[in-house]
Amino acid sequence: MNIIMTRRVAQIFFLALFVWFCVVTTLGDRFMQLRGWPVNWFLQLDPLVALGTALTTHTIYAGLIWALVTIALTMLLGRFFCGWLCPFGTLHQFFGWLGQRTKKHAQRVAANQYRRGQAIKYYILVGMLVAAAFGAKSLQTGWLDPIPLMQRSVNMMLLPLTGLARFYSGAWVIGGVFVAAICLNFVVPRFYCRFLCPLGALFGVLARWTPWRIGKREGTCTNCELCENNCEGACEPFEKIRWSECLLCMNCLDACRQTQMVYGPNRSAAGEVDSPDVTRRGLLIAAVSGLVAVPAIRLSGMLGTNWSPRVVRPPGALPEQEFLERCIKCDQCIRVCPTNVIQPAGLEAGVEGVWTPVLNFRVGTSGCQLNCVACGNVCPTAALRPLTLDEKVGRGRYESAGPVRMGMAFVDQGRCLPWAMDKPCIVCEENCPVTPKAIYLREEFRVVRDGARAVKSVNGTTVELDGPAMKPGRLATSDYFLRVGEERRQIVENAENSVGVLTAFASAPLVGSGVEVEIRLQKPVVDVTRCTGCGICEHECPVSGLRAIRVSAENETRSKKHSLLAGV
Amino acid sequence: MNRRDFIVRATKASAAIAATGAVGYWLYDRTGPTGQSVIQNVSLPDFSLPQAGNRMAIVTGADRVKTVNRALQALGGIQQFIKPGDRVVLKVNAAFATPAALGATSHPELVAEVARLCLRVGAASVVVTDNPINDPQSCFSLTGITPAAVAAGARVAMPGEASFKPVTVAGAKLIRDWPLLYEPLRGATKLIGIAPVKDHNRSGASLTMKNWYGLLGGRRNVFHQDIHTIITELAMMVKPTLVILDGTMTMMTNGPTGGSLDDLKQTNTMIVSTDHVAADAFGVTLLGKSAADLPYIRRAAAAGAGTGNWESLKPARENVA
Repeated sequence: MNIIMTRRVAQIFFLALFVWFCVVTTLGDRFMQLRGWPVNWFLQLDPLVALGTALTTHTIYAGLIWALVTIALTMLLGRFFCGWLCPFGTLHQFFGWLGQRTKKHAQRVAANQYRRGQAIKYYILVGMLVAAAFGAKSLQTGWLDPIPLMQRSVNMMLLPLTGLARFYSGAWVIGGVFVAAICLNFVVPRFYCRFLCPLGALFGVLARWTPWRIGKREGTCTNCELCENNCEGACEPFEKIRWSECLLCMNCLDACRQTQMVYGPNRSAAGEVDSPDVTRRGLLIAAVSGLVAVPAIRLSGMLGTNWSPRVVRPPGALPEQEFLERCIKCDQCIRVCPTNVIQPAGLEAGVEGVWTPVLNFRVGTSGCQLNCVACGNVCPTAALRPLTLDEKVGRGRYESAGPVRMGMAFVDQGRCLPWAMDKPCIVCEENCPVTPKAIYLREEFRVVRDGARAVKSVNGTTVELDGPAMKPGRLATSDYFLRVGEERRQIVENAENSVGVLTAFASAPLVGSGVEVEIRLQKPVVDVTRCTGCGICEHECPVSGLRAIRVSAENETRSKKHSLLAGV
Repeated sequence: MNRRDFIVRATKASAAIAATGAVGYWLYDRTGPTGQSVIQNVSLPDFSLPQAGNRMAIVTGADRVKTVNRALQALGGIQQFIKPGDRVVLKVNAAFATPAALGATSHPELVAEVARLCLRVGAASVVVTDNPINDPQSCFSLTGITPAAVAAGARVAMPGEASFKPVTVAGAKLIRDWPLLYEPLRGATKLIGIAPVKDHNRSGASLTMKNWYGLLGGRRNVFHQDIHTIITELAMMVKPTLVILDGTMTMMTNGPTGGSLDDLKQTNTMIVSTDHVAADAFGVTLLGKSAADLPYIRRAAAAGAGTGNWESLKPARENVA
C-alpha cells in the first residue's frame, strides 16, 4: 500500500468515525446511542476551538486539551490534519476530484496554481482571534471553523434528511452554507480549504518551523508539472513550495516519475516560502475589523437593556457575555437533546448568537425534561455548564439555591381558556413537573352567558327556567352548576328550557325567584418562586398557535439582572 | 421547406398536443375542493370476554408481583383470560419521564410480571404501548418500563406518526374522526390496561379509564375542557379483557405528575377487574374520595361501560403478607 492509499484509508476512516459520532449522539445506553462514545473528539482535536476559548476565557476546558496533540503534531509534520483527518477536508477533496476528473493535465495544473486570495483565510483567522481576545470578546470562530460547521451541518441537516425524526428551525440555512461550501469545489478544488478555512490558516502558521517537510531533491527535474496535477493545497511544489499552504496530501510524491519530490528533513532544492503570503496592511485591516466588529454589533444593546426575552437558553447556560465567549455553534447540545426542544437560534439572539442553542417549546416532543442534564454534559466548551441532576432540580446541597431556572412561564389571560373564555382546561397545571407544582389553581364559579334566569317551575330535580333556549345537553359536562342563594347543585342534564340537577335543593327555589347557571373554573396561576421555565406547560397548552402560557427568559438563574423577585 | 420534414414535424407536434390535451382532460376538475374530506375510520374490537363474567379481585399487600398473582388466581388464573396464541397488548401509563419510584407511571415490575404471565400461558406476543405526554423514548426508558418489558419477553411499541388511525365512537360527542394509537392494536386479540392510582385535579382521579387517554393522538389536550365526557367516551370505546389498577403506592397530591416521594402514600392495594368502571369506583377510595365525587364514574356506568357499584361484583378480597 503506497502513501496515497494509506492517506485515503485514513481520510475515509476519520470521515466515517465523524459521521458515526454524529449518529450516536442520541441519549441512551445502546450500542447506537451515546453510552461512552467520545462524540466531541473531533471538536477537541480542533486547536481553533481550544485557542479561541483560551483567548476569551484564559482557560482550556477539559477535553479541549486534546488540541495540544494536534498542535504538536502539526509543528512536527505540517498540516496533516487538513490532508489526513479533517472530515470536511475529505469531502472537499472528493468533490474537487469529481469536478476535475475529466479535465486535461494543463487545466488541472492551472486549477491548482497558487492564488493571492489564499491569504484571505489568514485575515479571517486574525479578525476572529482579535475579536475573541480583546475588548468586547466574542467567540465567532464557529461560523467557519470546519469541525463545528460540519458537526452542525451533519446533525441539523443530513441526519434529519436521512430519516432521523427531528425538526430544526432554520436548518436549511445551516445546510445551505454547507452545500455552498461543497459546490465551490467545482469552481476551484478545495476552495473552502484554500481560501476560507480559519483552522487551515492556523495550521499554516503552526507549520512554520516543521523539521519534516515536502520539497524537491537535487537532481534532474523534467518540468513535467505532474506534481501540480493533483496538488490539494495549491502550494506549488514545482516551484518554491509554499509550505504554509501544503495539506500534506502527498500526491506530488506519488506523481513524480523522477522521484524528485520527497517528504523529509531537507529543505526543498527549489527553494521554499516558509510563511503565509499576507501583507502588513491586510493584517492591520483584519485586526481592526475584528476589534471594531463586536462593539459595533453590540450597539444594538442586546447584552444590556435591550436583551431579548425570547432567548431562553438551555439549563446551565452561562450569563450571555460569558456564553458568547465559549459557544462555538457546534450544536452538539441541540443534537443530544432528547425532546428536540433546543433549537439553533436565527437572529433572535443577535448576529453573534446565530445558531447558538435556544429553547423553542413549539418544536420538540416536550419541554425541557426535569431529570435530564444531557446538553451541559455534552457541551465541549462549557458554554452550557455540566450540571448534575441535584444542581438542576435543586436538591441535596443545592437545596438552598433552588432549581436552575431557564426563564418563567406567564399565563396570557387574554388567551387562556379558563381565564378568557370560561372553559375548564388546566392542562398546564396537570403537566407541570415541579413538586409542589409551580402552577396552582384558583377555583371560581362564573355565571355563564345568559345564566341569570328566573325559575318557572320546579319538579324534583328538574328546574324549568325562563330566558332564551339553551342547547340541549350543553350543560351536562358535570362542570356546570345551578345556584340558588348559597346552595349549588351540579347540573347533570338540560333541555332547551330546563336543567336537571344531581340532587334536589334542600328548599326548592320559589317560582319567579332568580337563579344562576354557573360554570366551575380552575384558573392557572404561576408561582414565581417555583417555576423553572422548563416550558412543558407551553408545549402542552391546547391553544396550539400562540400559546396561552409562554415561557420567556425573565427570572433565569444565569442573570441576576433578569430576576423578578426582590431579594432573591 | 422539405415536405417530408414538415409532415414529420407536424405529426409529432399533433401527437404532443393530443397527449397534452388528454392529460388535461384526465386531470380536469370542474368543481374544485368541496372542503369535505372522506376519512377512513378504524374501529377498536371488543377485547372483553363475556363468558369470564363481570369480576373483580382486591388484594392487599406491599409486593406487586405477589398481589397481582393472587388477584389473578382469585379470578381463576390468567389462563381464564389469555389463551395460547393470543396477541396481547398491555396499555400502560408511561406518560411522564420520571423514575418508577415516583409513582407517576405504571410500575415496571408489575408490567413485566403481567407480560411474563401472559407468555407463560402461551400468548403469541405481548406488546407494551402508550402515547406518553413527554418524549416517548425518555418516558419508556426512564420509567424502567422498556428494560423490564423487554427482559420479560415483551415488545415495546413506541408511537410514531404512522401509528395513528382515525376512530369514531358511536354516540360520542368528542371522539369523532380522532386519531387513535391503532398500530400496536392491529391484530391484537386481548387488551389489558395497567394504571397507577393518582390524584388528578381536573377529573378528580386518574385511574384505569383515564389511562385510555393514552390511546388518543392529535391535540388531545382540548378534551380537558370536557374531561368527564372524554373519560366516559373512552370507557365506551375501550372494552378491555382486564384492567389492573395498582394502588400499592397512591399519588395523593401534586398529580398526575408527582415528582416527590412526599406525594405518595403506601396503600398496598392491587385491583384486578374485568370492569373498568367498578375498578375505578373502588380505586378512588384509596385517594380518600368516593365514586360520587367523580362524575365520570356515574356517567360511564350510565353509558353502559360497567357498574359504579363495585360491591355488586362481590369482589374476592385477600391479603398477601
